[in-house]
Amino acid sequence: MNYSLGVDIGSTTAKAVLIDDNGEILYSTYERHYSKVLEKCRELLENVYSITGDSSINFAISGSAGLGISEAIRVPFIQEVVSESEVVKHTAPDTSCIIELGGEDAKIVFFDGGIDERMNGTCAGGTGAFIDQMATLLNVTTDELDSLSLDAQRIYPVASRCGVFAKTDIQPLINQGARKEDIAKSIFQAVVNQTIAGLAQGRTISGKVMFLGGPLSFFKGLRDCFKETLKLSDEDVIFPDYAKVSVALGAAFYASTLGHTYNIKDLLERVSKATLPTGSSNVKALFENENEYNEFIQRHEKATVPKRDIASYRGCAYLGIDCGSTTTKLVLISENREILYTYYSSNKGNPVDVVKNCLQKIYKLCKSRIRIKGSAVTGYGEELIKNAFSIDYGIVETLAHFTAAKHFKSDVDFILDIGGQDIKCFKIHNGAIDSIMLNEACSSGCGSFLETFSKSLGYSAEEFAQKGIFAKRPVNLGSRCTVFMNSSVKQAQKEGATVEDISAGLAVSVVKNAIYKVIRAGSADELGENIVVQGGTFYNNAVLRAFEKELGRNVIRPEISGLMGAYGAALYAMRATLSSIISEERLSEFSHTATGMICKGCTNNCHLTLNKFSDGSTFISGNQCQRGAGLKEGSSLPNLYEFKRNLLLSEDSFESNKKTIGLPLALGMYELLPLWKTIFKELGFNVLVSPMSSRELYEKGQFSIPSDTACYPAKLMHGHIMSLLEKKADAIFYPCLTYNINEKLSDNHYNCPVVAYYSELLSGNVERLKDTVFLFPYLNINSKRELSRGLYDYLNASGIGSFTKREIKKAVSCGYSALKEYRLSVLNEGKKALDYAKAEGKDVMILAGRPYHIDSLICHGIDKLALSLGFVVVSEDSLPLPKVKAHVNVLNQWTYHARLYNAAQYACENERTELVQLVSFGCGVDAITTDEVRSILEGHGKLYTQIKIDEITNPGAVKIRLRSLIGAMEESRKE
Amino acid sequence: MDKEYIPFTKEMKKTHTILVPNMLPTHFKLVMKVLSGYGYKSELLESSGPEITELGLKYVHNDTCYPALLVIGQFLDAIINRGYDPHKVALILFQTGGGCRASNYISLLRKALKKAGYGYVPVIPLAFNALEKHPGFTLSPSVIYKMIYAVVFGDIIANLKNQCKPYEIYKGDTDNLVEMYTTKITGAIQRDKLFFSKSKRYFKEIADAFAKIPMDKTQSRVKVGVVGEIYVKYSPLGNNNLEHFLQKEGAEVVCPGIIDFFLYCIYANISDYKLYKMKKKLYIPMKIAYKAFKGMQRQLIEAIRSAQIFDVPPTFEHIKKLAEEYISTGAQMGEGWLLPAEMLELSERGVNNIICTQPFGCLPNHIFGKGMMKPLKDKNPHISIVAIDYDPGATRVNQENRIKLMLTNATLQKPKKDEESDSNYITTEQKEMANL
Repeated sequence: MNYSLGVDIGSTTAKAVLIDDNGEILYSTYERHYSKVLEKCRELLENVYSITGDSSINFAISGSAGLGISEAIRVPFIQEVVSESEVVKHTAPDTSCIIELGGEDAKIVFFDGGIDERMNGTCAGGTGAFIDQMATLLNVTTDELDSLSLDAQRIYPVASRCGVFAKTDIQPLINQGARKEDIAKSIFQAVVNQTIAGLAQGRTISGKVMFLGGPLSFFKGLRDCFKETLKLSDEDVIFPDYAKVSVALGAAFYASTLGHTYNIKDLLERVSKATLPTGSSNVKALFENENEYNEFIQRHEKATVPKRDIASYRGCAYLGIDCGSTTTKLVLISENREILYTYYSSNKGNPVDVVKNCLQKIYKLCKSRIRIKGSAVTGYGEELIKNAFSIDYGIVETLAHFTAAKHFKSDVDFILDIGGQDIKCFKIHNGAIDSIMLNEACSSGCGSFLETFSKSLGYSAEEFAQKGIFAKRPVNLGSRCTVFMNSSVKQAQKEGATVEDISAGLAVSVVKNAIYKVIRAGSADELGENIVVQGGTFYNNAVLRAFEKELGRNVIRPEISGLMGAYGAALYAMRATLSSIISEERLSEFSHTATGMICKGCTNNCHLTLNKFSDGSTFISGNQCQRGAGLKEGSSLPNLYEFKRNLLLSEDSFESNKKTIGLPLALGMYELLPLWKTIFKELGFNVLVSPMSSRELYEKGQFSIPSDTACYPAKLMHGHIMSLLEKKADAIFYPCLTYNINEKLSDNHYNCPVVAYYSELLSGNVERLKDTVFLFPYLNINSKRELSRGLYDYLNASGIGSFTKREIKKAVSCGYSALKEYRLSVLNEGKKALDYAKAEGKDVMILAGRPYHIDSLICHGIDKLALSLGFVVVSEDSLPLPKVKAHVNVLNQWTYHARLYNAAQYACENERTELVQLVSFGCGVDAITTDEVRSILEGHGKLYTQIKIDEITNPGAVKIRLRSLIGAMEESRKE
Repeated sequence: MDKEYIPFTKEMKKTHTILVPNMLPTHFKLVMKVLSGYGYKSELLESSGPEITELGLKYVHNDTCYPALLVIGQFLDAIINRGYDPHKVALILFQTGGGCRASNYISLLRKALKKAGYGYVPVIPLAFNALEKHPGFTLSPSVIYKMIYAVVFGDIIANLKNQCKPYEIYKGDTDNLVEMYTTKITGAIQRDKLFFSKSKRYFKEIADAFAKIPMDKTQSRVKVGVVGEIYVKYSPLGNNNLEHFLQKEGAEVVCPGIIDFFLYCIYANISDYKLYKMKKKLYIPMKIAYKAFKGMQRQLIEAIRSAQIFDVPPTFEHIKKLAEEYISTGAQMGEGWLLPAEMLELSERGVNNIICTQPFGCLPNHIFGKGMMKPLKDKNPHISIVAIDYDPGATRVNQENRIKLMLTNATLQKPKKDEESDSNYITTEQKEMANL
């Protein structure tokens, strides 16, 4: 008999398949390799030997970690995708498409009309690993996650682009108490959307589809999601038994065609002799020697808090609760600030129950000896917990952490908190918080990543951390995001890195992420002398040490590092005289249910969660503005964002005898709509403007987006085009404008490349644009004459009508007047808003971004949130700015961006005026502007607040930022 | 732009070494030799390693494009780790203008230097429209002319090198010739006042010399085109030594020359006048430069054609014409319309496997790279383009895995010449391995 063996060694698992002449599977296995790839490879070969004995076999290796092995033991390698096409060829030749999800890869292979493979881009990694992570988050096994998903009633929108983002969407759902079943299904649906939108990119998936890879073979719920979404019948789906070992099977088929045989004994010898090249690492060991380690441990053991036995204490106590994104912490302190009781637990998907159980325990311990005199709650779940248990105070996290840190080091000037999800840092100046930095979605999840990763390797978090302590050559894993780190670990494993080196490497990565991405510090001196670090992640000594080494400075890590938020809240609660906290009797009757619903208050359609408590009271979470919470109509404060939206969206009459021009309300159109609208009306067209963006609108166009990492405002353009096509516009107009209007605020007046040329991309990628006339002339909008000439030539050649020079000239002239009028009314309204603020003593927030940031979907209702916090909201283009060029250290050459610098200058020169910069994820130009805006503001002692926005909606994080800003403003005003 | 900058003074010309980033190794070496003829000391930074990225990440906003991180990281690494005296060096950076954020590299470099405590190091922008004055670095038109010639000779040498190296019978022949002509040409450019009148002869001499390298053209090699963002396309530091990787995998690299990019930049100004009647003053000088560059390109092409055995690169006019069916030549930020045009041109020459390189999140490449792939493939179904993102966090294993997939696919789809159908896609290397 002729044996053929295929081995597939991937990022986390090793698979092997042995077949005979007829392609019958004799042996197959799927195991985790825990980074020990060579050992695993030998083990597999030994197993195979017990079947085949001394017969020689055909052999081929595949998989991302297989490449290195194939080179080391000199056997043929087959690329994974090619391997799968072998499987199709041998087992189901009529397959038209394969969808495969692996630990970190997602692939679609089309077979009709030549093989066309698509793999996920670097930014979309994490499917199987992502599901693992999500299951941990929900505190269920992946199998439980699967069975939960089968009982789902509704699907929540979960960002599908990247695992990190999806997590940011899911976390609030968990905190809001959404049903686990629904979340489970939403997670699977997100994976499906990610695969279809990200990979197929417009190519229709039809015919027979084969589903391969681990997750698809394990999870029925995921398979169902794919079937439903793709509308496939039972006959059209193939879920083969060998799904999880398909690549190995393909390698076996491939091996059988090669005609070269190997002796297993010989192969085993090659494996045992093989060494994988170890990666060059310049990361220094965390500790040089045992002494250094001992000194380190002793030093940190000093940062303690006095404790007191709760069983003997008599008197008043104060309770602090920190309901974080993944964990809930409670601290009870005595009147002398001694710790009586602490509690630290994962949310287990439902923080309300966690807090309830803990409170019951506390009441039991307190008996009649101890009375809770004050209570405070902080963190993501602040409002929910405050409402559920009648907690006295809800305070913003930054304040809680600062209060606690001050207790350890009264002259603390820098605090860094790395929790499960977030990294928060703030500088303290003159006893007040003066600069706050929070991570963006991209650097989130570092803490929980460490935990999930250690589990996947089979260690507890403590064991894993301890392993890193004496690692000799920590691996360099980069610092971009956890998905990238995952990918770097893959590389390191291939190069044979040890668990110790990976543990230390991860610690260094997390720290670098915090220092260089979040804090953006060049040197330790920028941070300050007295640094306190906290958050659950700092229990990891490897992380703590890596931070000290990276900084070249010793820091203080309180013994209660992970409880600092709760401790701070408890300290804050000491100002209370009488607590309203739920009594022991009422607590015993307390119960809670959560139901999801959609807010109809505005077009934002927030997903709300209605929490009902046993006393009949309710609490709504998930709302982005007051309206959603069922409160009275927000506030009557001026809001330039709303004003501009209303101004742009005025209704128009349609005349049936006229042709209709569609204008997509996205990107640059938000600025120039009055110009183009008027021109086309004057030329005798009906003008159809696409509506404000919505999630549905986005999904309509999502499949035709070729570059996943472009900014959200650009990607929304596809939806706007689809909406105009649905309404059967005779032509659609979005011009290419290399140069924007010269406002004389900058050295040049470019648009960014995306705003300037997005039409070229649309024309090539939105198939259905062929059904209409797509007009995208290159125009000069700085001269009436040139614009008229450009339009005259282009429109007459386009076939949508014929126009005389005179007609065009007149239309253009009217267009400019309309634009001027629009800009004037924005300026007037801006002035009114500023005057109002002055007269009424209100704070002004310049919500500075781009014209298209007023779109209610893009800005996620941040303007309304700011209003609800008591700000008058103005936009960067509504300020009475002098026509001067700002002094900046970079090339000031984009029209929209120049406004930012001037707006920052305005904020510096005016009291009670703060600037908050909205930045779209993936906006390359803002990588340049943000540093400049920050330096303008900080140069004048103002706070810089940046909010990065993307598909994701996480009102919680935004709220923390804005409330911290208010807190800091109040502090500085006190002085 | 910061109005206050540290000028490169006349004294510095004697005392300072100008450090040059590693973007186009072959070309830059030629240019540097020209400069040394005028008394400038310069050194090409050929360093690599993780310290470079780390310094970049430390001193430049992390969302800035990868080339900026690398170029700045490499300079800082030279000063901090590699023993260059910061008081005795100046930095030079090639700077394109336009609406792409890459036009900010000089500012970002200066900011980073300041942040790292080296604000006193002079930075010389090498740009088409020099706005700054550096008394020690004033290039007369004749120096500029010579530098441009050096670059164009860099193009022909790089082009022929890629065409010969994979096939050379005696390892090292090609590299030796590259080395020899780098010296010979720069010598000639420096010495000969009337070099331009003899350039044609030199182009021809080079082409003929390369044609004489003993080669085995019977080996079947997959031709792989490399296009993309200008820095990661050329710089071995930026693209993880892509050229080397491809050659190791048995491919022939086809990489369009830099002269097309120059012509594209010049044409951008001409097109601004044609489309918008802007930059009127530049129109005539740009027309002249345009013509001069095209003339040089014609000489280069003619020389390669006359050697008869080589693939002949296209004229700029031809590339431009190809573009017009797909995209307006008014689209001119970053690599602009040139990028899809180069892909089309490669395909026209039978190079249907193309790697489109870009830094992660490159703004122009959303449009001109990834955004043009669908229309290109719709009309040219045989074209296979793989987009590779480069980034401090992107791992080599992922990049290479993707390229490998394309290569395997290319071998699979190649018309099967002989009978041994399935084993066609085992590389010779693998066959050797199996026999061991």
